Amino acid sequence: MRQIVIHNNVRRLRFNHDEMTQQQLAEQVGVTRQTIVAIEKEQYTPSLELAFRIAIVFNLPLEEVFYLEDAP
Amino acid sequence: MSYQERRAIVSVLSTAVIWGLYFSYMLQRYPEGNAYSPEVFKYWGTVFAILIPVTIVARILIIVLFSILNTIATRVEEPEFTDERDRLISLKATRNSTLVFIVGFALGMTTLAFDIPPVAMFIVFFISGVVSEMVSELSELYFYRRGV
Repeated sequence: MRQIVIHNNVRRLRFNHDEMTQQQLAEQVGVTRQTIVAIEKEQYTPSLELAFRIAIVFNLPLEEVFYLEDAP
Repeated sequence: MSYQERRAIVSVLSTAVIWGLYFSYMLQRYPEGNAYSPEVFKYWGTVFAILIPVTIVARILIIVLFSILNTIATRVEEPEFTDERDRLISLKATRNSTLVFIVGFALGMTTLAFDIPPVAMFIVFFISGVVSEMVSELSELYFYRRGV
């Protein structure tokens, strides 16, 4: 099976949305700020539900927030 | 360093101190005589029975004190809830801790199988209790720092 890694554009999208803070995003999706930090650092892959919640905040389809790449 | 990481470090240190002090205190009360005497079994029963409330109360006091000091020092209050990442980390830490305790339990039973006096089994249980507790907290620290 092909090895893949999940990347995201959360940090860039926050800045494009009036420089939204991590805390503001965390409150809108119902997690702690530390979880948003971990997602941006790609130290944590969110659940499907949380991924959808984040995409909804940015009003974008899921694949424009999270995307796959082949593992090196 | 996040609140969760600081709390994990405090928990590891407090576990080592609480269990260490408790063990050294109880060791002074170890009954003399035959290793298979009822007094020895009663002693170990008491050690474990008292250990549970002692660790619970001490842990609550230390975490409350830590929360107060952390809020004063950093001016950041502790998170009011746990989210999916916290729960996943907690689950993985509990899994690691349980595995360590199972190994300790098996080792304890093995001492009985080899006719080693029961005191060895109780000491192995005690040590596996401390180690599994610390593995749980160190696992949390690891997953919070390195990702999950």
